[in-house]
Order: sequence, then structure tokens, then C-alpha cells
Amino acid sequence: MKKLQILGTGCPKCKKLTEATEQAARELGIEFEIEKVTDIDKILEFGVMMTPALAVDGVVKVVGKVPTPQEIKALIQ
Amino acid sequence: MADKPCCEPVAQNDCCNGATVLIYPCSGSSDVGEISDHAGRLLTREGFGKMHCLAGIGGRVPGITLSAQAAGKILAIDGCPQDCASKTLSVAGIEDFSRVRVTDLGMPKGKTPVTEEHTRVVAEKGIEALRASALRATA
Repeated sequence: MKKLQILGTGCPKCKKLTEATEQAARELGIEFEIEKVTDIDKILEFGVMMTPALAVDGVVKVVGKVPTPQEIKALIQ
Repeated sequence: MADKPCCEPVAQNDCCNGATVLIYPCSGSSDVGEISDHAGRLLTREGFGKMHCLAGIGGRVPGITLSAQAAGKILAIDGCPQDCASKTLSVAGIEDFSRVRVTDLGMPKGKTPVTEEHTRVVAEKGIEALRASALRATA
């Protein structure tokens, strides 16, 4: 199961990234879980300095922007 | 619940759509390396940006490298002409950043005490470089 973590404190872009990530994962037909990481200290543990960010299985893939679902698919696989 | 301001930088009280400033001192073992480190921390304390881990760039830590790539402005503080901070950023594909070199400011390597005064001189030069720089083009 893929672990998809959305790093962000709840801004609109964080929500857009969550929606785009969910769409990408659904379209891939994979098993996944989404975790929203909103605690600043936890976000910093990833080395991330700007939100939103996306981590796949613990590895940061995107920082400071919202990719399209198509782009996210490539990052998840 | 109302949305929080977008998009919130972790590093500083500024909008990441504006200029999130990340600062990379070489933090080398020499006196001028130590001064670079102190200047990075001073700039962070005073809110001009956020010192970030140059070692993470060298180690290609994804969150750190991607954060650097997404930064609005970057300042490299090199202690000496080895330019390790600048070169580390360059090797990671990050080329558009401001830079300050401590030894260019009348502080010879191996002969410069690590003092608040020297740290301040480097920090002021860093502020000057940041103010003169344009926002980076980020993807």
C-alpha cells in the first residue's frame, strides 16, 4: 500500500494537492492511504521549507507547488 | 473552518508565492567557515531568511533539495575561495543564487577571529546581495 503524505498546514493549495493526489491514486487503481501532516515540526523533519509538499512512502517528491494529477501519477509509480 | 493563508512557508512569516529566502553557509571548519555559519544564523534570527542544510543538498536529501529548488531567493555564504557552498548548490543544479565570500570582505582565512563584528559584516553583505537579487524562476 502506498503511503501518500500531504505536508501543509491547511492552506487552499494543500487542499488542492490532496484532491489531485487522491485523483491520481484512484486513477492508478492502487491501494493507498493519505495522511495529512499539518504539524510544522513534523514537516521540518522532512527537510521541507515550503508547503504544500507531497511525500510518497516517506520520500518527498514535490515542494511548494501543486502538480497535475497526471504529474502526480508519475511521482507515485 | 476557514482556510489558512496560502501558501504557508515553514521557514518564515512570508508567502511562498513571494520570496521564501533560504540561506546556505558553507559552515566550514576554518574561522571564515565558522563566520559564514554565524552569519547564516544571524540572518535567520533577524528574519531575512532561513538557514537551511547545505549538507542535505550535498546528500541529495529530497525534501531539502526540492525546497532549495522552490525557494524564491537563495543566498550562499562561502567562507573562502574554495566556494564550497556555491559549488554544492551548482552541482545540485541550482545556479541562480546570490553569493557572499567572507575572504572577499577583508577577512583572511586562518587569521580572522570569529567575532560578532565580523559576523555582522558578512550578514550585512548578505542582506545587500539579497536585496539586489531578483526572484528566482521556479517551476
